[in-house]
Amino acid sequence: MTNARHSIKRGVSLYSYQEETFLRTMSLEDCIRAASEIGAHGIEIIPEQSIPDFTNLTEEFVDTWFAWMEKYGTTPTATNSYLDTKLYPDRWLTVEEQIASIRTDIDVAVRLGMPIVKATINTSPEVMEGAAPYAEEKGVQLLIEVHAPFHYEHPWILEHLEVMHRTQSPALGLMPDMMTYVKRFPRVVSERALRDGANPAIVDYIVELYDDHGDTHALMDIVNYRGGGPVEYGLARVASHYIWTDPRKMLDHMPLIKHIQAKFYEMTEDEVEYSIPYDEIIPVLIEGGFDGYLSSEYEGNRHIQDAFPVDSVEQVRRQHAMFVRLLGEVA
Amino acid sequence: MFDKYIVCDEGFRARGDGHIGGVVEVRMPYYRGLRLSMVEGVDLVLDDKPIAPERTTFTVHGNTYTFDQMPSVTYDRWEFGERAELAFETDEPLATGEHEVTVSVRLRLSYMPVPGGGRSTKRLTFAA
Repeated sequence: MTNARHSIKRGVSLYSYQEETFLRTMSLEDCIRAASEIGAHGIEIIPEQSIPDFTNLTEEFVDTWFAWMEKYGTTPTATNSYLDTKLYPDRWLTVEEQIASIRTDIDVAVRLGMPIVKATINTSPEVMEGAAPYAEEKGVQLLIEVHAPFHYEHPWILEHLEVMHRTQSPALGLMPDMMTYVKRFPRVVSERALRDGANPAIVDYIVELYDDHGDTHALMDIVNYRGGGPVEYGLARVASHYIWTDPRKMLDHMPLIKHIQAKFYEMTEDEVEYSIPYDEIIPVLIEGGFDGYLSSEYEGNRHIQDAFPVDSVEQVRRQHAMFVRLLGEVA
Repeated sequence: MFDKYIVCDEGFRARGDGHIGGVVEVRMPYYRGLRLSMVEGVDLVLDDKPIAPERTTFTVHGNTYTFDQMPSVTYDRWEFGERAELAFETDEPLATGEHEVTVSVRLRLSYMPVPGGGRSTKRLTFAA
């Protein structure tokens, strides 16, 4: 499955199977098996989604986890941490408490054999810096997600990059989320708005403005001027949240990029993503020498579940068929 | 997300503790479990009449809390997809048959500048 041109590996975040997991039609083991069956051998999880009673992992669970990894030929790749700064109703967590929270997430990752912890975008540069020594000590990499509407020139990301460059900590880095490369507005999202009763003329306006890569800053105001209501505002908010930037911008940061969240909304029957041009992204990762995991993150279920059956396993299968093609894998 | 799954189709029933009222099973419209201190409310409207939070309790995996207690419960969780039991008291017993049940779940999500959660309405059949 290797290729002379690159060492990119394929995996799945079990977030992708959230619909089936929520409804208890797939167990954790079913999710791992589904990934393995399509040659996606890297397993990423949100512990708070996949494992009950977080952060208390029993010995029995950990043993079962590693037995599954062996049985299905899979490898733990990453966990996703959440920094609940608003845990208490009356005050924010202090910076020290936030760092302690990340340390606990690192401990959980270590027990599951995960080399990477994703820090959710609200994790501040100070907390990343404060947690880095513990991550180094534990041999775990703490990666800030680069999630829309953020990008590599955004002040919030620039502050994170400043910490990474100044400290030169080997534990810190970036986890780009491919929702920063939404080139065309996801039709599953606009079609859902129409089903929810949105004004078709306003939906067309939003989709066309997005697809033309126009200025979406004032979109919610314009939708208001055009007589929109809550459904149209919701769509406008989403449209001002997605971004399209040149994937080649990742080349400037390649040494810090250790893992890719391969977000997607709709894989068509032709095995292409409707809105995110992976054929423009994967060549950049190959050119940059990326050697981590492309980890699927299916997020279309929430947009179609009102009207259509959700088949996350098939959606992820199609994405990996596309990856095999774009990576030039030979079985 | 998951709003349509908040109110469970099954399990709408009388209370088992002798009090007048009922139990509706509810799920959290979010993609991970949360500590209960971040669940700001699970508001119930029954046949267009709001039930005061003081007349409801919330049970996850056998542990029951009042909504006065919830803000300080950082040691227990509402798990992803878990069916919690929202028990409520009414003045009069509920009639057997169909009722309209609306549940709003209000969540405090740290990375969101606006309140999280969702709302759903279903017609459920009450089993006395």
